Amino acid sequence: MALLEITNLTVEFATAHGSLRAVDQVSLSLDAGDIVAIVGESGSGKSVAMLALMGLLPWTATITADQMSFDGKDLLTMNPKQRRAIIGKDISMIFQEPMTSLNPCFNVEYQISEVLAQHFGGRRRSYKHRVIELLEKVGIPAPETRLKAYPHQLSGGMSQRVMIAMMIACEPKLLIADEPTTALDVTIQAQILELLVELQKANGMALVLITHDMAVVAETADRVVVQYAGQQVEQRSVTELFNNPRHPYTQALLSALPEYAKEKTLNAIPGVVPGQLDRPVGCLFNPRCEHAQDLCRQQPPERSEGILCHYPLPLKSALNAASTSHTEVIT
Amino acid sequence: MSEHALIQARDLHKYYTIKTGMFRPNQSLQALSGASFDLYAGQTLAVVGESGCGKSTLARLLTLIEQPTAGQLSLDGIDLASANEKEVSKKLRHTIQMVFQDPFGSLNPRQKVGDILQEPLIINTDLNANQRRDRVLELMRRVGLLDEHIHRYPHMFSGGQRQRIAIARALILKPKIVVLDEPVSALDVSIQAQVLNLLIELQQELGLAYVFISHDLSVVRHIADQVLVMYLGKPVEQGLSEAVFNNPQHPYTQALLSATPQANTDRKRERIRLTGELPSPLNPPSGCSFHPRCQNATAQCKIIAPVMEQHGDVSVACLLVK
Amino acid sequence: MTSLTTTTSYSVRRQQWREFWFYFSVSKTAVAGLVFLIGMVIMAIFADLISPHLPTEQYREFAEIPPAWMEGGQMRFFLGTDYAGRDMLSRIIHGARLSLIAGCIVVLMSASIGILLGLVAGFRGGWVETIIMRIMDTIMAVPGLLMALVLVAVLGPGLLNAMVAIAITYTPSFVRLTRASTLSEINKDYVTASKVAGAGPIRLMFISILPNCMAPLIVQGTLSFSTAILDTAALGFLGMGAQAPQPEWGTLIAENRDLMLSAPWTVTFPGIAILLAVLAINLMGDGLRDALDPKLKRS
Repeated sequence: MALLEITNLTVEFATAHGSLRAVDQVSLSLDAGDIVAIVGESGSGKSVAMLALMGLLPWTATITADQMSFDGKDLLTMNPKQRRAIIGKDISMIFQEPMTSLNPCFNVEYQISEVLAQHFGGRRRSYKHRVIELLEKVGIPAPETRLKAYPHQLSGGMSQRVMIAMMIACEPKLLIADEPTTALDVTIQAQILELLVELQKANGMALVLITHDMAVVAETADRVVVQYAGQQVEQRSVTELFNNPRHPYTQALLSALPEYAKEKTLNAIPGVVPGQLDRPVGCLFNPRCEHAQDLCRQQPPERSEGILCHYPLPLKSALNAASTSHTEVIT
Repeated sequence: MSEHALIQARDLHKYYTIKTGMFRPNQSLQALSGASFDLYAGQTLAVVGESGCGKSTLARLLTLIEQPTAGQLSLDGIDLASANEKEVSKKLRHTIQMVFQDPFGSLNPRQKVGDILQEPLIINTDLNANQRRDRVLELMRRVGLLDEHIHRYPHMFSGGQRQRIAIARALILKPKIVVLDEPVSALDVSIQAQVLNLLIELQQELGLAYVFISHDLSVVRHIADQVLVMYLGKPVEQGLSEAVFNNPQHPYTQALLSATPQANTDRKRERIRLTGELPSPLNPPSGCSFHPRCQNATAQCKIIAPVMEQHGDVSVACLLVK
Repeated sequence: MTSLTTTTSYSVRRQQWREFWFYFSVSKTAVAGLVFLIGMVIMAIFADLISPHLPTEQYREFAEIPPAWMEGGQMRFFLGTDYAGRDMLSRIIHGARLSLIAGCIVVLMSASIGILLGLVAGFRGGWVETIIMRIMDTIMAVPGLLMALVLVAVLGPGLLNAMVAIAITYTPSFVRLTRASTLSEINKDYVTASKVAGAGPIRLMFISILPNCMAPLIVQGTLSFSTAILDTAALGFLGMGAQAPQPEWGTLIAENRDLMLSAPWTVTFPGIAILLAVLAINLMGDGLRDALDPKLKRS
């Protein structure tokens, strides 16, 4: 039985301009020890889907799904009390801005021991040794000296490590990392990503990495889910996706990276992600897709072989003599 | 037919004094210690580094927001030491302009786009209202926006569009040099490509010189002619882009390149693990600032601060590079 | 992002008002407050047409007549009459004019001076800021009404002097708000961008920074408006504000003070008028705050 099973999750927000569908029929299945990356640009709904899982969305959100279960328990019908017992303990989440994710009024020891006391009972003070252990685990040198530090006294990388320590304190089965390194410098980013992968291996945790950075995905994840405008357009293993993207958006995204530019001009994707008020008819990507045909402009696509496209790009193994221009960009 | 360099910077320094209380001596924050470079029309100099490396300080010095504590700087032949007169500052504003990092914060949320773009013209030129409007529309079209957008407020645009507006604003006084402080870091990949293409086009069309500040090495590699790598306010490696990227000499440059993830599943490489945090600029390490995190550090590195020396196509500030 | 096909200056403004109204009308009490306030303004403007009698006309034979629904009352004097036989309803209607004008002038005076001082303090810093803020601290240290009393005692009683005195006591809160907003805006990129474009301090203060500080100032303005009405009434009650026979609501209560037990309607109705006016403005101010608070728009 999968650790996390989400089928056809849809999230709609009530706004001044009507209903906004931020997440549209997203499915995800995770086993223990998996590393899955959810990739997408702004407006793709990647964070919202995970926030819905955690129950952290505001009252304006309506969440519907065929199934949303974690470790056998149904998250849709859970009451808040049951949910609080799981969140932070079995499912944890770390956020993008380490400077603002920690409570500025309380020191490091207080915040980490509070999580432990909340889930395991007992007095906060009794967890001091466990806190030191955790800080060591996340690679903070001389942890005893950092116990009384306040968040504003820590650097970005350090704060993120404290955040991670807090979130793995209860040894969760699933850790969701929402853009954990976007706000950090490159060398610190590398350290934090390595830390996450190490912890994941050591504890057999499942890791969901939400990011917009394809390069991070290539180096860290096993499986990738690509989202566009709230929809899940492709879900493959990492090596397959990078060598043979099948959805035109994935391919366009990869070829827009500076690393894949053949000349001075980059292969930009024309147009913008559709907002709330200008959703195209048919496939949401069709105005920007260079392979779009009439059917794409009229009917929304069905999922075939895991790809949400009327005309998914062919598998490389299926191409023999025929060399098509769009695969050359990646090889 | 030698054109003079549009920017000539020699050994720029910027120190800030921080008051630490009534009874303690003031601390000195060395934000920038010794940047030197020449930049010609049509070229791009990329300034690369992480937090606290001094790249933002350099941007502020170049755009005349602040004065250097030491060193020489001349823009388009005008030495900034004499730039206190109003006339000279006014002329320099026509020479150098800036595009900021945050597309959401660099435009006044309470001003319409048309007014935002007109502001530099109102302050610095004698154009009448019609002429200003024409110029604004001309630039809006050039960056790919519509005429009617001048009536809208910034929050009605996406990040990429706002950055285009910021670029239009930077170009409205027809500068020769544009300082771009992380112009695409806050944008999505697909929009990033659009904006970068626009910048490249504009550079080719108008012969602009760019000072491109970024921490994203893949973008820098694509767009830069020269690269200046900085660490804790000091330059550590400098030279032609090809040379620096293909054969980095300074351990920090090597670590930086190694730490940058690549969108490529085939590459398995030895990552140079940089341990430790970036030191605080208020309390820089002795000798070479990089020595606490450098794998090759020797006893000498703790005592002697290296200076930039030419080695072939690049200058490097490292005691171990001969 | 919007989907306007052609944008004109007019359509943009309309769309902004529509958005504003959407968020404002979420709070029904705020809308009720707004409606009441509009009603009060209409009443004040058309007071001469609406009120059944002249506010100063004395009907000596009809002194201390109770309201129409009580025993002994008449429809002619719907809310009864006061000690001198003047119609309560007419006096209250005309009093609305005085209260609203007092509120407006107080807010305008204190806001304009306060905003200017706050901008200068936040922008210049240094000893200018220190001096301004310490003066404001001193003003705040003295209880508002007490200071107003002292000022009126110095300047002489009267509605205008009362307004000036109250305005002085409200200035510090505007200074503080403006200075705080200025400090948080001044380091933002768009201000730096204007500096790079060569903007001088005047343009930076009034065109770049001030429009971005308006939200908390507008809310403070509405709240000060209601407090001004209260304070004007208080000063009137103490005999230091509007002088009789001006029908200012506080003065009305003061002059009928002795009749509190024998003819309670003479003090109750002005009191209710004050209560409703202040309540309406406060409720509206609450709704304004919600509508102007950008964070709530992020859903």
